[in-house]
Amino acid sequence: MDIDLSYQAMTMTAKQFGEMTQNFIRETAVATGAKKAIDKLTAPIWSWGQRNAIYPLHFGIACCALEMAAASAPRWDAERLGLIYRSSPRQSDVLLLNGWISAKMRPTLRRLYEQMPAPKWVVAMGECSVSGGPWYDAYNVIQGVDTFIPVDIYIPGCPPRPDAMIDGFLKLNRKITAENRGRFLDD
Amino acid sequence: MSEEMWINMGPQHPMTHGLWNLRVRVDGETMTAAEPIVGYLHRGWEKMVENRTYPQIIPLADRLCYGSSFTWSHLYCLAAERVFNIEVPERAQYIRTACIEMQRISSHLMWLAAVGTDLGSYTILLYGMRERELFLDLMVELCGARMTYNYVRIGGVRNDTPPDFERNVTRVLDTFEPRIRDLEALCDECETFRMRTIDIGKINAADAMNLGLTGPSMRASGIDLDLRRHDPYEIYDELDFDVCTHTDGDCYARYRVRMDEMRESVKIIRQCLEKMPKGPTRVKVPRCPPKGTAVARVEDPRGESLMYMVSDGTDKPYRLKVRSPNYVNLSASPAMLLGNKISDVPAIMGVLDMCIGETDR
Repeated sequence: MDIDLSYQAMTMTAKQFGEMTQNFIRETAVATGAKKAIDKLTAPIWSWGQRNAIYPLHFGIACCALEMAAASAPRWDAERLGLIYRSSPRQSDVLLLNGWISAKMRPTLRRLYEQMPAPKWVVAMGECSVSGGPWYDAYNVIQGVDTFIPVDIYIPGCPPRPDAMIDGFLKLNRKITAENRGRFLDD
Repeated sequence: MSEEMWINMGPQHPMTHGLWNLRVRVDGETMTAAEPIVGYLHRGWEKMVENRTYPQIIPLADRLCYGSSFTWSHLYCLAAERVFNIEVPERAQYIRTACIEMQRISSHLMWLAAVGTDLGSYTILLYGMRERELFLDLMVELCGARMTYNYVRIGGVRNDTPPDFERNVTRVLDTFEPRIRDLEALCDECETFRMRTIDIGKINAADAMNLGLTGPSMRASGIDLDLRRHDPYEIYDELDFDVCTHTDGDCYARYRVRMDEMRESVKIIRQCLEKMPKGPTRVKVPRCPPKGTAVARVEDPRGESLMYMVSDGTDKPYRLKVRSPNYVNLSASPAMLLGNKISDVPAIMGVLDMCIGETDR
């Protein structure tokens, strides 16, 4: 931010003034090291909140979607681990990919990933999204989603049992704990 | 004054079970045009299997429709057996028939669970999935997999039933049969469910016939057509069961037909277990079939599915054409949607029992 512009504050709109103030506070916090200190203190709280309320996107693609449904059914009851499916990408933290990705779906999927708000993770469930799986020579199947979006957790299996899916999400849980990132003044 | 507008649903939408896109034109809240767009799950199945040997296609046929994978791998083996010109041992036929009906029940339960969530009742999902697990456990016991079984082989089945299998199946059926009534009660006694399905998505018998609807969606319009009865395969001609029909042709009738079919399936499984003979479960099959073509069609939980196979005498099929019931049912969906309100889309499309894996192939 340009501090020299502050004398023009009277001619700014309210929005511009708000942005300027926010930028000033953020940059001061980063420059003085206050952000680092506060991040270090508050990171456990952030990661505690994030890992215990993992909201995957309700996005059933193929076979593994039935196992995803079975995992939230009474026998496995994934909701006790904080897995609640949200129908909008804007409300979800985890993109759970449970099926093969065709060339027609690829741009849409990329867009879905970009629509999700910042702390986000991608879980590739099943062989198809991990590496193409049984469709290794199909002309229309993307050979693994990690060719175009970053993947955090791979759950192998064709399809993996609901136990395996829950195990994958527990690994994601541990990963969020290990990341231990503070998000003070982050967007 | 009214203004028409196009609304896109999907590919990522809780209403679409799988990936497809429904474009509807709405005038106020009434739909005046509808256009399903498919192809988001297309992976070139028919082309791919031309590069696989005959036994290698069985697991791929399992993954055609994941809701009823047993039926599809069975259909493939049925077509292949006609090309190879071989007779399946009787015990294998009985095991297959019992498994097909178990698969029909678990597929219908999955459908019920999905319809339940679409219509706002999460309870139906919980109960439906609970009963489904009973049948999946039986399949785990039989062949080790929950969904994609890879159990049928050309010329029989992979292995004989494990010890005590018949006792376990009978126990599960005894548990499940009274619970169908509970599942029905969850839907029938729910005012919301009835309001959202009765007189919604109506289609009469002539339209259903012309649009090529098959399966429960067609029988709900009053057409008595079931391939298990009219073109029997395996041992269906020796079994005693009813073809469930309904005359209303709306969403509620489709739901009723499926619930009644589950009862009939229980009946069929019991008969299979009773009559099951002892003997071998698999015959040896040569590597390459003779030149020729074959057609096999079966009654899928979703409708009539057909495979047409051309063999050129090598160990790989020359061509394998799949007729998927859902592709045709989906193309008939605009006729059901038109004139209904936009809020009826989940009910109509959910009750159709979409499975995009087989639609796009």
